[in-house]
Amino acid sequence: MKYIDEYRDRELVLKLIDQINKASTKPVTLMEVCGGHTMAIQKFGIPSLLPENIKLVSGPGCPVCVSSRKYIDQSVAYAKLPNVIITTYGDLIRIPGSSSTLDEEKAKGADVRIIYSVLDALKIAKDNPKKKIIFLGIGFETTAPSSAVGIINAHKQGITNFFLFSSHKVMPPAMTAIIDEGVKIDGYIAPGHVSTITGSGIYKDIADIYKLGCVISGFEPVDLLQSILMLIRQFEKGEPKVEIEYSRVVKPEGNLKAQQMLDEVFELKDDWWRGLGILPKSGLKIRDLYKKYDAEFMIPVEVEATREDKGCLCGEILKGLKTPKDCKLFGKGCTPSDPVGACMVSHEGACNAYYRFNRE
Amino acid sequence: MRHNQVLLGHGSGGKLSHDLIANIFIKYFDNPILKQQTDSALLKVDSQHLAYTTDSYVVDPIFFPGGNIGKMAVAGTVNDLAVSGAKPLYLSTGFIIEEGFPLNELEIIVKSMAEEAEKAGVLIVTGDTKVVDRGKCDKIFINTSGIGILNEKLLDISSGINISIGDKIIINGRIADHGMAILSARNELNISSTIESDCACLNHLIEAVIESGANIKFMRDATRGGLATVLSELAAGKDYGLSIDEAHLVVSEPVKGMCEILGFDPMYVANEGKVVLVVNGKDAKKAIKIMNDNPLGKEAAIIGEIVAEHPGKGWITTSIGGKRIIDMLTGEQLPRIC
Repeated sequence: MKYIDEYRDRELVLKLIDQINKASTKPVTLMEVCGGHTMAIQKFGIPSLLPENIKLVSGPGCPVCVSSRKYIDQSVAYAKLPNVIITTYGDLIRIPGSSSTLDEEKAKGADVRIIYSVLDALKIAKDNPKKKIIFLGIGFETTAPSSAVGIINAHKQGITNFFLFSSHKVMPPAMTAIIDEGVKIDGYIAPGHVSTITGSGIYKDIADIYKLGCVISGFEPVDLLQSILMLIRQFEKGEPKVEIEYSRVVKPEGNLKAQQMLDEVFELKDDWWRGLGILPKSGLKIRDLYKKYDAEFMIPVEVEATREDKGCLCGEILKGLKTPKDCKLFGKGCTPSDPVGACMVSHEGACNAYYRFNRE
Repeated sequence: MRHNQVLLGHGSGGKLSHDLIANIFIKYFDNPILKQQTDSALLKVDSQHLAYTTDSYVVDPIFFPGGNIGKMAVAGTVNDLAVSGAKPLYLSTGFIIEEGFPLNELEIIVKSMAEEAEKAGVLIVTGDTKVVDRGKCDKIFINTSGIGILNEKLLDISSGINISIGDKIIINGRIADHGMAILSARNELNISSTIESDCACLNHLIEAVIESGANIKFMRDATRGGLATVLSELAAGKDYGLSIDEAHLVVSEPVKGMCEILGFDPMYVANEGKVVLVVNGKDAKKAIKIMNDNPLGKEAAIIGEIVAEHPGKGWITTSIGGKRIIDMLTGEQLPRIC
């Protein structure tokens, strides 16, 4: 397949591995922030190709993994309301809440629909004028712009029964929080899709103040290995900086149109992250101007008291302090078919990726 | 089981389905024949060995590029018999039809069932029809059961107990066509593609390999859950491991593209005309040659082998030379594909 096969070329991969081997002289730990990177790294078996002194750890970049259980509980509560249609991306429906999942509510008769674009939710809203359509907006700078488009379009088209339940977050506060927490890493494989929207400027402080290299990477094996090589070279020279490996997609200034839409619809708020707690200015809240599309404001609902599972190491894993294999539930009490933590459900979750591809 | 109600995932053919079978069906139906959990039940009536199987078809949409629900209902059951080492002979069919279903569509479905049965050389000898109120089923559901005579030399093929280190793993062609054809035929994604379902009766292809004298140790059709599920089931609990080379898997360009867009792994996408065989190492090339002569096996290839390493698990060498395990499908990748 054109534009993909080139980045999965075995010869090129071998060359890069060889260069990495030559460039890397000391132990180094790199964190891939994005869940998409975790997936690709495990799916292609990249750890099995790297020298032993290079350790890759997964970071907090799986949206459903870092969201609070309360978000799921509230989504479940919405699903139970009469005349409500829940629209969501697929991963979310199996995430365990305190006592139920959206999947189970669907089986009990709730109207929960998996969609592929927020525009599908708008169409459902138009087709069902007597129902309230709640879109579960989850994800970072990558998916937040499409939620913004949903609200802007609803506003333009006079749709009054579309509501966003936002759990959108922004990436940089989590990346600095991890370093502040004292997690020992030597560089970031920085998220490709987030950076497509934001540009590379958001990582400047990490390189300048925290002295950690950031290389914005694509999602194919050649991208990831090239990014690892770039980080290793920075690390060996002691010259941390922000570089773009994924230059065929990411521009330094990012996608200005998407940034403008984000800014029009959302403002920053302090937000809770699994494993990291409350981080200042890390969440996206719908601005007052668009309040009538805010599910939390417009649709009051009683939510059960949230219970977190004991023994689940999701929080530590999201910080890169532990790997999935360190968790005593991993593969025993917690599997993709019977998950305890969100990291085991989402296809971008570190536990799910390790379980499927790297269980020994 | 944590769930207290049936979820769609329980019908996916993956882990949840296995749990349901083990925890409810086997628990109450328990008997030595069922317990083998082979594609077809292996029976002995007087001195005659028989294979007996049943399957229900609820695919949505009922018409799709490369076939329809009727063609699938015949091919699926014929294939379940054929991979058990049986010569399929007779089929039964049961229809559950929604009130208001167009008769001309029913006729198209039944006609393609007849055509497929003729191709396979089986007779549809008994049937049943039920009509339910509008809204009580989705257009039409079809059940077929089938019976076939089991080749005495192939009694162990379903269990695979004769598999040994060095045996080769073969598949008869490209994977993931069916699942992706169904998905693109569903309107909701607005994706138009040229992908056709691989839905086909494989009994003649399989018969040819058997007749060649190649020592076949195991066969299974890779339907729901895809190739990965067959491979991980094959390895589970065994004292050998599987080694698969991703570079030898054939996936068409349109299927690859669609899988990339949707984040699917072709190894987990359903097929309706693919059989996985484990064949004695020295017979593998002969089997491939025989299969390549048949239109349904022209892309047949050796995709891996049985190894002593990592017992109980399938490992794949990825396209870039990395290594990782192969796991079963959990939950639904796609709704109602068969």
